[in-house]
Amino acid sequence: MRLAEAWRVASDALRANRMRSLLTMLGVIIGVASVVLLVAIGTGTKQTVEQQVEGLGSNLLLVVPGRLDVGSAPAVSPLTLQDVEVVGRVVGDPGRVAVTVASGATVRAGTRQDFTTVQGVLETTPTVFAREVARGRYLSRSDVDTGRRVAILGDSVARILFPDREAVGQQVNVAGVRFRVIGVFAPLGQSLGVDRDDEVHIPVTAAQRLYGTQRVDAIAVKAPDRERIDELGQRIVAELNGRHPGTEFSAVTQEQILGVLGDILGILTGVLAAIAGISLLVGGVGVSNIMLVSVRERTREIGLRKAVGARPRDIGVQFLLEAVLLTAIGGLVGMALGVGGALLVAAVSPIPAAVTWWSLALAFGVSAAVGIIFGVVPAQRAGRLDPVVALRAE
Amino acid sequence: MSGTAAIEAVDVSRTYHLDGVSVPALRGVTLTVSAGDYVALIGPSGSGKSTLMHLLGGLDRPTGGRLVIGGRAVSELSPPELARLRNETIGFVFQAFHLLPRTSAVDNVALPLVYRGVNARQRRERAAAMLGRVGLGHRLDHRPNQLSGGEQQRVAIARALVTDPTVLLADEPTGNLDSTTGAAVLELLEQLNAESGVALVMVTHDAEVAARARRRIAMRDGVVVADSDADSAASPITGSAGAGGGS
Ligand SMILES: Nc1ncnc2c1ncn2[C@@H]1O[C@H](COP(=O)(O)OP(=O)(O)OP(=O)(O)O)[C@@H](O)[C@H]1O
Ligand SMILES: [Mg+2]
Repeated sequence: MRLAEAWRVASDALRANRMRSLLTMLGVIIGVASVVLLVAIGTGTKQTVEQQVEGLGSNLLLVVPGRLDVGSAPAVSPLTLQDVEVVGRVVGDPGRVAVTVASGATVRAGTRQDFTTVQGVLETTPTVFAREVARGRYLSRSDVDTGRRVAILGDSVARILFPDREAVGQQVNVAGVRFRVIGVFAPLGQSLGVDRDDEVHIPVTAAQRLYGTQRVDAIAVKAPDRERIDELGQRIVAELNGRHPGTEFSAVTQEQILGVLGDILGILTGVLAAIAGISLLVGGVGVSNIMLVSVRERTREIGLRKAVGARPRDIGVQFLLEAVLLTAIGGLVGMALGVGGALLVAAVSPIPAAVTWWSLALAFGVSAAVGIIFGVVPAQRAGRLDPVVALRAE
Repeated sequence: MSGTAAIEAVDVSRTYHLDGVSVPALRGVTLTVSAGDYVALIGPSGSGKSTLMHLLGGLDRPTGGRLVIGGRAVSELSPPELARLRNETIGFVFQAFHLLPRTSAVDNVALPLVYRGVNARQRRERAAAMLGRVGLGHRLDHRPNQLSGGEQQRVAIARALVTDPTVLLADEPTGNLDSTTGAAVLELLEQLNAESGVALVMVTHDAEVAARARRRIAMRDGVVVADSDADSAASPITGSAGAGGGS
């Protein structure tokens, strides 16, 4: 019953000073909304990247020159097609080995043109990576062996070059050389603002001739045995290190990539949450400040309540509830705004945003805790007021 | 101790400390307030009347001496216990009314019952009945700013009595009222004292008012200098009660 009275008094007090309550809440609202929104963006980005890495296909092993370290410069690859053959022998199945030699190039068809990534690849690509051809066909063994000038277009490239015609069967001009389109990829869509359908695949042999190089940028292996994937990677690296004494190679699995990316994005999310947390803290200081004002304004009321039998605790609880009510309402409104903001960001921008229950619970918990923490000092001060002094206050 | 003593003060003192300076507001006051009594407390400004009232009501604690309210020694009570004692045995009426703003008359009167844990419906019933007894049965839902000064003080009196206290402490209850309104409020207090048996201790500057009380206590410089009740205290009327505190 006393608690009910305390609730009533607290909400009356907030209502009596509507504008002030609202402005005080604003600090909490902004803090909570930014926690929810920024954590949603961090989480969404992490999920998208993880999905993408997982979407590459399972049991994947990427072999690259240099180390897999954040911030280490990419090395110029000494790998050639002979190395690819050797890797095929180590794996025991050349059909499980894919390569890429990639470069940006302008692709033309008639008067239309598109600057895109042109990748020289083996016919094994759809087996190693999960990649589907929507129309036409992919490369064949003989396309690669003979360096035939054929191309498979990404969905976007096909749309740009052939907006009103079927692309398959048409001619395109890649960096000055004519290629025949034999297939179009099934669309992958956008992720993190990058168009994943903006690419062209041609036989690696044709690409090497086009770019005037023998090099292969990277090798990908679909390991036959998940349990022995690390061991296979070590064998491949040992073999390649022997063939190229000057270079160190790395073989990384999806788990390792996910681990590294997860760490980076986890830190990013943490930093975003911390920044938002600071604004929540500032909001809390505002609550504390207003509560001190409220206690001072109602000093005579406190004295009177004590005179008629209120215990220090009754007074303390009343003011604590006022602070908690302020931050809880602010927290709920902030949560709603944060969720709305996240949905808006996800809908209209390439930034993914995934609202998680834990971020909502955290934000609300923290704002309620802010109310308690920043309300305790003013509430204690109110509870301890000497009634005689309080009654004499102006 | 006599069974009719509502409040007993023995050699009670109260010294304020202001910026390192000691201000002795009460210097050894011994008196007993009997159940149902009607006492007028008089004395010049600054003589310690209000200080004494605060002590008698358990709103403040003495810095020396022994004070027993409703059979309980104040020095042995924790702050929440003292709060409860105030709630159950004391009713205060202040010169400045001290009603809660933006709060209806009936809710103002019901306030002490909140801290006694009475439920909302009973609170309203008892508060409304009490407002009826002070002649404000038709003003239940008026806010203080919609009431005259006299009406506000009646609400405050109803609030003081809604808990059925044994002692009503009124510090210049008519001090903020014109003489006619003041007289009516005084009459109401006397009537309630006579009807319900609540002891009334009232500070007043008005000799005529003091003359109507059954007992008069005069103070000066923090001590009792005169007490019309010869039989209530064995100690001499003047001077500090001094070392012989045990009786
Ligand atoms: N909080 C305080 N701090 C310091 N001194 C105080 C305090 N309260 C009262 N005093 C002093 O104690 C003395 C008694 O004050 P008190 O209010 O009891 O007088 P009073 O008899 O009620 O006077 P009045 O008739 O003017 O109301 C005064 O000298 C006053 O200055
Ligand atoms: Mg006074």
